[in-house]
Amino acid sequence: MNDSRNLPAADAAQNHTALDAAHCPLAVDDLTVAYHRRPVIWDVEFEIPPGSLVGIVGPNGAGKSTLLKAVMDLIPVASGEVRVFGKPYRQNRDRVGYVPQRESVDWDFPVNVLDVVTMGLYHRIGWCWPERKRHRDQAMEALDQVGIADLARRQISQLSGGQQQRTFLARALVQQADLYLMDEPFAAVDASTERAIVDILDHMKADGRTAMVIHHDLQTVPDYFDHVILLNMRIVAKGPVDEVFTTENLQKTYGGRLTLLDEVSEAMRRRERSM
Amino acid sequence: MLASSWDDWWRVLSLRDYNTRVVVLAASVLGLSSGWVGSMMLLRRRALLGDAISHATTPGIAGVFLILTLLGYGDAAKSPLWLLLGATGTGLLGVLVLLALGRFTRLKEDTSLGIVLSVFFGAGVALLSLCQEFPGAAGLDSFIFGKTASMGRADAQWIVGVSALVLAVLILLRKELTLLCFDDTFAGSNGFPVIALDLALMGLVIAVCIVGLQAVGIVLMIALLVIPPASARFWTDDIRKMTWLAATFGAVAGLIGAILSGIYSKLPSGATIVLVCSSCFAVSLLFGTRRGWVGRLLRRLSLRRSVARQHLLRAMFEAQEGHADDLVRFEELMDARSWSVGNLRRTLARAIASQWIIDRQGGYQLTPRGMVEAERMTREHRLWELYLMTQADVAPARVDRQADRIEHVLEPELVARLRQMLDEVDSPMPINPHAPSKDDVIQKQASEDLD
Repeated sequence: MNDSRNLPAADAAQNHTALDAAHCPLAVDDLTVAYHRRPVIWDVEFEIPPGSLVGIVGPNGAGKSTLLKAVMDLIPVASGEVRVFGKPYRQNRDRVGYVPQRESVDWDFPVNVLDVVTMGLYHRIGWCWPERKRHRDQAMEALDQVGIADLARRQISQLSGGQQQRTFLARALVQQADLYLMDEPFAAVDASTERAIVDILDHMKADGRTAMVIHHDLQTVPDYFDHVILLNMRIVAKGPVDEVFTTENLQKTYGGRLTLLDEVSEAMRRRERSM
Repeated sequence: MLASSWDDWWRVLSLRDYNTRVVVLAASVLGLSSGWVGSMMLLRRRALLGDAISHATTPGIAGVFLILTLLGYGDAAKSPLWLLLGATGTGLLGVLVLLALGRFTRLKEDTSLGIVLSVFFGAGVALLSLCQEFPGAAGLDSFIFGKTASMGRADAQWIVGVSALVLAVLILLRKELTLLCFDDTFAGSNGFPVIALDLALMGLVIAVCIVGLQAVGIVLMIALLVIPPASARFWTDDIRKMTWLAATFGAVAGLIGAILSGIYSKLPSGATIVLVCSSCFAVSLLFGTRRGWVGRLLRRLSLRRSVARQHLLRAMFEAQEGHADDLVRFEELMDARSWSVGNLRRTLARAIASQWIIDRQGGYQLTPRGMVEAERMTREHRLWELYLMTQADVAPARVDRQADRIEHVLEPELVARLRQMLDEVDSPMPINPHAPSKDDVIQKQASEDLD
């Protein structure tokens, strides 16, 4: 049933087990999560190499967001183990930055952009202490990195979708983490924001940081990521994009849900690349 | 009831009585703390939780009274300490039931709230009617509607003490509670104990509710928790200002409500406080600087006027493009757009008043300043038309209207990008895509007929 283990790509990923556990940003072993007894992700197992950009791809309801939340200990897991740089998430929490889905919060909330970004520092500031100037300065730097420093004092309800996404990204950047988990950062953003996010991902990679990103646009997977995990409750395939991101695997992941159109464009793109 | 004399007014307003002073102070402090904690509750989208909690305290009050009376401690049964302990007990029980319903069933939160609220309040009312059989139960119904007159020094001390504690916790946990309210998932991923923070917030709400029972009563406690923050939201987009404003509104409502109820001694203080709160809400709804109706209406009006002005300037510019002189006649402008005579007159009058246009003999003329603006307007409009035709594949005859709709909401940033995209930076003015050829006029006419 679980033929991912027989795929060459899976073998390639297995090579990373040789790495020193403390250097492996994220190792997930035998993870199963269930809501009301219905499994959402089942027996998921993977490791991601340091300094890689990993895309997670799968249809709606495949358990992509659940996987991220389970990794961060936000929901109870039925079984399995998660190791972040060789330790349980709790102990290495400071090395992880999280970008939740944009729709998960109320953008009518009475705070401004700088307030939201500073929230990324709250756990470092410590309980009961107010934020100080140096924290706001750090937040401003992060805003500058994502290119919206001029919007720092803007009320968040006045942001466009792309600006909201950049705000969330800045809030994660300010955490200066080594592993970033991002839930659909590219969903419904404008072209320039998409470009900005890609630049930031590339910078992260150049700095030796790692990012695991839930992604919905199959077209851009090969351009943005070097590893990919195809998920549909179970892992269908995992490994370097070149080896794993095939029409056959996509077909298996999406079942009947991959439209003909996607297939055609995928085939055309593959031919372009092989030429 | 209204037979209060000037003496009564004077007696209360001068705060001459010790008792009046105590009551007024307690009611305003209660308003302050409930406005503050209510803001957080509202932002956590748990507004009805306070309602459920305050209703859940009823059976506690009646139950403790019954038990103590039946056991023969009739005196203790009247002491607020025991009654409030009972209230706390069932209030907490209500919260636990609420959490259990959420955890172990698939009921939605509003359903569980409705169940807890009605079941507990029903039980409370039934127990209260049993209480009426016993002597000494006379004061109990003041818990339902609130009666500041029945408030003694000890009650006021409780209110002030608990409020101080609640405010201290709110100030210390400001950062954490703000994060909880805005994005609990992110808070959890950073290691903040989301459930504990939620419980802490509920605990604060329970504490304020219970000490507030005597002042405003069970049924109307929710008003003090919800209405001041909701009113404050109309005035500000900043959570810090919002909490301060809500606390101030609450305090003022408590103050005025207590004074009125002190003057008309039969008036339940809960009702007066709520009425003051509601008027405060009505004023905020209308005149709030951020979200008030009047402000929004004015902004819409000014947007409509600026759109009309832009149309006028563009019409002036395009009319005089085809002229030798730069005088534009009223009829020409009438033909340029489908505006009514009155509308065009008013727009012209405003444009003349703000010196975009001069009224000359036989026509209108753009001032130098008006000229610059008109040129810019026209260029942007044509850029949009070009964009719609070349990139978005819209028929030339239709672009004018579409561009009309979009251009007024453009941000300068977007216009710059548009210009870049169309490589129009060098060319000062794109040509009018509706160059006045005969075909075009006919086509445009046809498309307008179709619309």
